[in-house]
Amino acid sequence: MKQDINFLFVGVGGQGILTASDIAAEVGLEAGYDAKKSEVHGFSQRGGVVESHVRWGEAVAAPLSEKGTVDYLVATELLEAARWIDWLRPGGAALINNQRILPMSVTVGDAVYPPDEDILTVVHVRTENVTVIEGLATAERLGNPRLANTVLLGALSTRLDVPPETWLSVVERRVPSRYVDLNREAFWEGRHAVGKV
Amino acid sequence: MSEKTSLLFCAQLCRHERLEEINLPILLLMHYTGDPKYLRCRSMKTTGPSGRKRPLSGNEAIALGAWEAGVRYAAAYPGTPSTEIMPALAQYAGVRAEWAANEKVALDAAVGASFAGARALAAMKHVGVNVASDSLMTLSYTGVGAGLVLVSADDPGAFSSQNEQDNRHYARFGKFPCLEPADSQEAKDFTVAAFELSEQFDTPVMLRSTTRLSHSKSAVEVKMPTAPREPGPLPPFERKPRKYVMIPAHARLRHPEIEARLQALAEYAETYPLNRVEWGDKRVGVISSGVAYQYAREVFDGFSFLKLGMSYPLPVGMIRGFAAEVETLVVVEELDAFIEEQVRALGLEVMGKQFFPATGELTLARVREGALKAGLPVREQSQALGSGSREEPETLKLEIPPRPPALCPGCPHRSVYFNLRKRKMLVAGDIGCYAIGVLPPFEEMDMLISMGASIGMAHGAGQAGCPDKIVATIGDSTFFHSGLPELANTIYNRGVACTMILDNGTTAMTGGQDNPATGVTLQGETTQMINIESVVRAMGIEDLWVVDALDVNGVEKAMKEATAIEDRPTVIIVSGACVFTPQFQRRPVVEVDTETCNGCGFCFRVGCPAILKSDEIGEKTQRPKAQVDPLLCTGCTVCLQVCPRTAIHQTSEEET
Repeated sequence: MKQDINFLFVGVGGQGILTASDIAAEVGLEAGYDAKKSEVHGFSQRGGVVESHVRWGEAVAAPLSEKGTVDYLVATELLEAARWIDWLRPGGAALINNQRILPMSVTVGDAVYPPDEDILTVVHVRTENVTVIEGLATAERLGNPRLANTVLLGALSTRLDVPPETWLSVVERRVPSRYVDLNREAFWEGRHAVGKV
Repeated sequence: MSEKTSLLFCAQLCRHERLEEINLPILLLMHYTGDPKYLRCRSMKTTGPSGRKRPLSGNEAIALGAWEAGVRYAAAYPGTPSTEIMPALAQYAGVRAEWAANEKVALDAAVGASFAGARALAAMKHVGVNVASDSLMTLSYTGVGAGLVLVSADDPGAFSSQNEQDNRHYARFGKFPCLEPADSQEAKDFTVAAFELSEQFDTPVMLRSTTRLSHSKSAVEVKMPTAPREPGPLPPFERKPRKYVMIPAHARLRHPEIEARLQALAEYAETYPLNRVEWGDKRVGVISSGVAYQYAREVFDGFSFLKLGMSYPLPVGMIRGFAAEVETLVVVEELDAFIEEQVRALGLEVMGKQFFPATGELTLARVREGALKAGLPVREQSQALGSGSREEPETLKLEIPPRPPALCPGCPHRSVYFNLRKRKMLVAGDIGCYAIGVLPPFEEMDMLISMGASIGMAHGAGQAGCPDKIVATIGDSTFFHSGLPELANTIYNRGVACTMILDNGTTAMTGGQDNPATGVTLQGETTQMINIESVVRAMGIEDLWVVDALDVNGVEKAMKEATAIEDRPTVIIVSGACVFTPQFQRRPVVEVDTETCNGCGFCFRVGCPAILKSDEIGEKTQRPKAQVDPLLCTGCTVCLQVCPRTAIHQTSEEET
């Protein structure tokens, strides 16, 4: 009997959330789980908030997790980690890419982007299990900012009982062939970042 | 050919650069059969295991099901959440798939194909069915030739729509069956079943999806056909004027047949395998359909279910039998009390919409909340989690700024709404990315209800004597969808409104589909590019401006001149490529000279995500100076053009 595992990927339109969550769902299926993934396209994507649910289990019914039941919150942007933190179950794991993307409400001066410390404080109230990853910096060091999500997936992979090779085989399927090696590297960087080989 | 190369090939095939938009079915077929015969391009070769379960979105699964069912013709107008069905279908051999000019045309073309003896499918979003409904209602009378399936993708929660209407009502209204799949496997299987049902009962069949089905991925067993389908020539058209020509005399004859068909369908529903009972604890019996079933399945874990694959017509006997066995009968359905009301009409006591909301999308939490409110024996969330003892921590209060959608950096609509705001025009808007014009910093749209309506609304307001200067704004795809008759109406009725056609060369909001003005079909063929200017001129408009969207002053000048004309209609075509089209040309990024910038904030009014407030404060204005994010900037120069102090400069080619 496979244990139920809920993931929530959140970030900003254009960050590649859909691909990252697609990979997570496919890894679940590869690893013998039933898996579902759900997201919203369209209007909300134009620089707006993007959320994508992934659920693994013996037999997954609902495509969406319930608020407060998410085991892994993967945020590709800092503010979004705070926005969605209530979805994490108390004590669940938050993996956060240390990147700020200012919303229009902030750039036009109607709102203020909270300081990083405040965001992390809010996250820490929910869970002590917080990992902040220099995803963008790592990706830029590797030469392509779009690798940030693969770094995050690498870090996420250390928390799950699925061999890294399974993750990598799916990642490789989902990225253009000329980027496979870079993605491999980014994935391992993500694992190293949280102290795993 | 490796799977990765297949992916790239698919990407080229779809003309999508982003991998997440690639349709998986074709890749699966190639990869898991190793057989290129399922593709249009026969030179491909792949290898790999077969019979695997793969994750497909509901839309991809519908396309796969249609192909398995032998669909020969399919058409759609793009609309979230239905859009991805047609590009997925377009890749299969033996299927002609098209973008239609609008949903009614899509259905009409499918009707013609069906009458001609080809299985046909039309796909659209829920509000698209409104457009197609004129044909749909009478199609019910004619019935079909070969099987015809109408996919209606509803949008509970109105994630990307102007309303959240429940299209199951159309099935009842038009007296044809409605199938509601609950996951991707069912989406594929029910599509096949829908074609069979359509032919068995000589009826159109509605396959109702929702956002959560269309845009969720779940495992689908991809069964390979033993042989590739080689569609032979169709037989000559079988003439049946009493069936296909709905003059009043024929329609009156058809109507009793439709009533009889509905009766027969209702009887068939009693044993239809898509409706099934799942016995469990009989204290509660849940009737549900579609994705709502999945939420109910988790919340009412262990109880009895009547899962309706066909939500119209209902299996009355089955429902009575189920109700008789359970203590409490509950209907869990998304949006309207469609099933519930029919169950209640049977004289059965049933719980439903008094506990489960009729608005918005259902979620596990909303179903659970409703069940607890109804006093039903379901577990609280914490118990369901198995962590009942854990205290819910208090959330710290933090102001989290909203992240509303914004026009992309480089968007050709920016100069239009900037100028409309500057000139304080009354704006009748339309469906498309430019609806973002209603949001800050533009806040420059006063009405929007449906596709094409901008022109009619502007006309009516003017004819009724509205004293404000009113402008209609409409996109290129929307103009061909339903703007044409609206503009003809304005011209015919001596209207005086100004119509701005924002031609960005694509159907942008739904992800960049081609349309009659782009010169390319869904199958990737080159076709006649219908020139909007020629069309407008041919309609008799002489006061016509064609302006470059990135020329801010040019747009304003045209606006000024056009709205100065008060006794005849005018048209401005604002032309500029969407940043997601290949035609869009990135130019050197701009940068702010912080010495010259005084923090006047004028450039913030163009609402560009690439223009940020810097930490430096202008001495005179005491407001933050501007800075440009070079990663986001596309060099469109709209901000540069509006800067009153010429503090923004374009960097040279070498610097970028």
